[in-house]
Amino acid sequence: MSDATETSGPMLAADGRPLKASLNRALRRQKLRALMLIAPLLIFILVAFIAPIADMLFRSVENRIVEETLPRTVAAMDDWDADAEPTPGEEVYFALFRDLFVASEKKIHTRLGSRLNYETTGISSLFRQTGRDVEDIAEIYEDQFDDLNENWTEEVFWAELMGDPDWFAEASTTEDGTGPDFVMKEGMEDRLPMTAEAYRTFAEFTQVEDEDNPVGENVWPLVHAMLYHDLTGNAAVDGYTGFGSEELQAAKEAAADFEGVDYKQTFLDIDEDWGDPTILGTIKVYSPTYTPGYFLTAVDLQLNPEGVEAQDEDQAIYIKLFWRTVWMSLTITFATIVLGYPVAYLLSSLPMRVSSLLMILVLLPFWTSLLVRTSAWKVLLQQQGVINDLLVWSGLINEAGRLVMINNQLGTIIAMTHILLPFMILPLYSVMATIPPSFVRAAKSLGATNWVAFWRVYFPQSVPGIGAGSILVFILAIGYYITPALVGGTSGIFISNRIAYHISSSLNWGLAAALGTILLAAVLILYWAYDRIVGIDNVKLG
Amino acid sequence: MKLKTLLMGSALAGVGTLAMAESHADMAMDMTLVSWGGAYQASQQNAYVEPYLEMNPDVSITWDESSAEAVAKLRAMNEAGNVTWDLVDVVASDAIRLCDEGLAMEIDTEELLAEAPDGTSAEDDFGDLLVSDCFIPQIVYSTTAAYRPDLFPEGAPAPESICAMFDTETYPGKRALEQRPINNLEWALLCDGVAKEDIYDVLETEEGQDQAFAKLDTIKDDVIWWSAAAEPPQLLADGEIVMGSSYNGRWFSAIEEQDQPFEMLWDAQVFDLDGWIIPADLPEDRLARVKDFLFFATDTQRLADQAAYISYGPARQSSAPLVGDHAELGIAMGPHMPTAPENSQNVFVYNYEWWADYRDDLDAKFQAWLAQ
Repeated sequence: MSDATETSGPMLAADGRPLKASLNRALRRQKLRALMLIAPLLIFILVAFIAPIADMLFRSVENRIVEETLPRTVAAMDDWDADAEPTPGEEVYFALFRDLFVASEKKIHTRLGSRLNYETTGISSLFRQTGRDVEDIAEIYEDQFDDLNENWTEEVFWAELMGDPDWFAEASTTEDGTGPDFVMKEGMEDRLPMTAEAYRTFAEFTQVEDEDNPVGENVWPLVHAMLYHDLTGNAAVDGYTGFGSEELQAAKEAAADFEGVDYKQTFLDIDEDWGDPTILGTIKVYSPTYTPGYFLTAVDLQLNPEGVEAQDEDQAIYIKLFWRTVWMSLTITFATIVLGYPVAYLLSSLPMRVSSLLMILVLLPFWTSLLVRTSAWKVLLQQQGVINDLLVWSGLINEAGRLVMINNQLGTIIAMTHILLPFMILPLYSVMATIPPSFVRAAKSLGATNWVAFWRVYFPQSVPGIGAGSILVFILAIGYYITPALVGGTSGIFISNRIAYHISSSLNWGLAAALGTILLAAVLILYWAYDRIVGIDNVKLG
Repeated sequence: MKLKTLLMGSALAGVGTLAMAESHADMAMDMTLVSWGGAYQASQQNAYVEPYLEMNPDVSITWDESSAEAVAKLRAMNEAGNVTWDLVDVVASDAIRLCDEGLAMEIDTEELLAEAPDGTSAEDDFGDLLVSDCFIPQIVYSTTAAYRPDLFPEGAPAPESICAMFDTETYPGKRALEQRPINNLEWALLCDGVAKEDIYDVLETEEGQDQAFAKLDTIKDDVIWWSAAAEPPQLLADGEIVMGSSYNGRWFSAIEEQDQPFEMLWDAQVFDLDGWIIPADLPEDRLARVKDFLFFATDTQRLADQAAYISYGPARQSSAPLVGDHAELGIAMGPHMPTAPENSQNVFVYNYEWWADYRDDLDAKFQAWLAQ
């Protein structure tokens, strides 16, 4: 009985542990060692390839700039319903004033303007213009405080009023921005909330960005504007007895009679576009941290305050370009198969000495600069070029009938077929070299004609080479942009040319990232479909 | 072992601080200039880089020919936190964008730029050409047309107006235009009867844009679109086109230096500016070197010297009288400048502000129009 229980228990290794666990451990150790061996490559790929691509793709949805530049406006706009009222109320414009003032001091409002201009034309100049005028609004208050008591435009007075006494003592003895970080006086944030916030922004910006001392720099007029709003609102300065309490008390009494600003009207005076529901709607629609906007643009849709709708017909280009890229890449792939197959067959069937010479001829263009080869095609294909000259000379065409073979789709297909040909020939050759010639001989000895022997015996064995070559050529072709740009004219350019344009000319990196993501997804889907239909196991590179 | 590393470490740190202290007090000895390559960069090299190096033999200057993609590269460098360029040559519209994005430093003209010899302040000497707070213009160039009379049918009169571009009956054959909406839309409207001063107002409206594209439609099949300014002179020399647009300096070098049988068509040439920007947030020592170089390289004489190598007008008014002969050919450069009175009878000035706003929109439309 006891024997039976012992044998039915887990098998033990020599050290008394269960054999299974012991084996697993050994395996794990082995795997770990293998992983450590490939670790340098893995880390290199992660850092130099995967991470940058992921970062770039992330830009296709990332949209933090709006909420970072206009935080208060975004919050204030939450309550605005564009259907109920065409323009938002005073509080949105008040928030906009505070945000734009800070943004224009930091010189980041133009950056946001360019970003939103991608969506609605005219926002860029509107932001630039308003950024210049917003200081004038704040100076209305600054002047009134200055008239009341000149202390209000003294930076030292402000620093002592708002700063912690210890901080002030230390900071007022330092020359530049090397002083201690700004510390707010206790209770100031409760007494004068908006003023304290504005002053803190000013002090921190002065220290961090300008590397100056807030004690020695002119205080932003925004702080005065906020002081006015605090004092005429619910500022609790009555209980305050510290430095500057008399001035504050006096200012509170005087502020009630100050001239105020109607922010909405002022913004409308700066530019009537601030009353345009489309402009403010764009800001609202694009205020979330992540936006589908770039992807929608990439598929010829647009995100409006009213929702998603189709792009105007005269601006819809991306779908068209995607299709063109795909079908032209397929054409190029097919052309390389037709041209490359006989060459590869010849290479594999000729004696070694001759075939290595031919191989050099295949590889030589492969080693030549891409630009040189493309420019050579220009010389050959243009209307006054070599081919046309030869045709005219031989009398096949007349002077007026010179063929147009460049700056169109034909040009792109010819040049790219040539450039990508080695990527088809090399895998084909390496597969064909392994097909024993005795197979074809055997087929023939059994009565097959030349064609049947080729088609039924040889060709099926070379299919893995075609598969590998096709994948290589197609994936390379779909992302090409230099050659289409040079010989494709306008009808022969690819989607990558638009991506390049948005990266280096229009600087709309978000849209470029969205287009790139779609292209990457399309390649992966095609690869998956290829795997399902042909089977990736049937692909051989050698 | 441990002690040794410690000692070496502190020694290194000591050397480091020493070097830091010295470079802070002094100017950097290396400088990377970014420009366009080709004849233009050569003119900069001859007019002020070499003279500057003669005065400062210890300085070494490296060229980077990346101006065409300067905005994108500067943005990428800025995001990576490592700007390796010291002074960047860009066109005005790029300078405006770099300034807008905070990637270029704002210039204090009084502090950074030399006065004119007669004491005029730099600000007045450059005048309206200071189109951005970050931009120091060097030259005025223009996008203008040229043609080959020998390719026209016999008896065709020499074209006098830009509208010859749109007249395929009198001047049959292909023409080369730049593959972008800028300039082309303006020319289309001008040749469709819109008055010069109304063009941007018209182009702002949907109907105006349609009108411009409709006009371009009439020659769409006859246009070869270029993206590099070197293409049109090449195409014209090959006889691929009968007329085309390019920068005036390119036409000049084809006509005068390579003896091509081209004629200039200055009508409705579009003025544009090219100049320096300083990348934002340069370290102190490098900035000091840049300032020193810039003060020298943008003074009245240096800008006039540059015109001896390339037919672009100097941006300073005070340089104009000093413009002399071509450095190698010996011909007077004055008459070849886009700003010369006989050439500038009918001139467009590129509207930067307007294009900054409408570029994305019109470019999408233009590309869609091309694809149709």
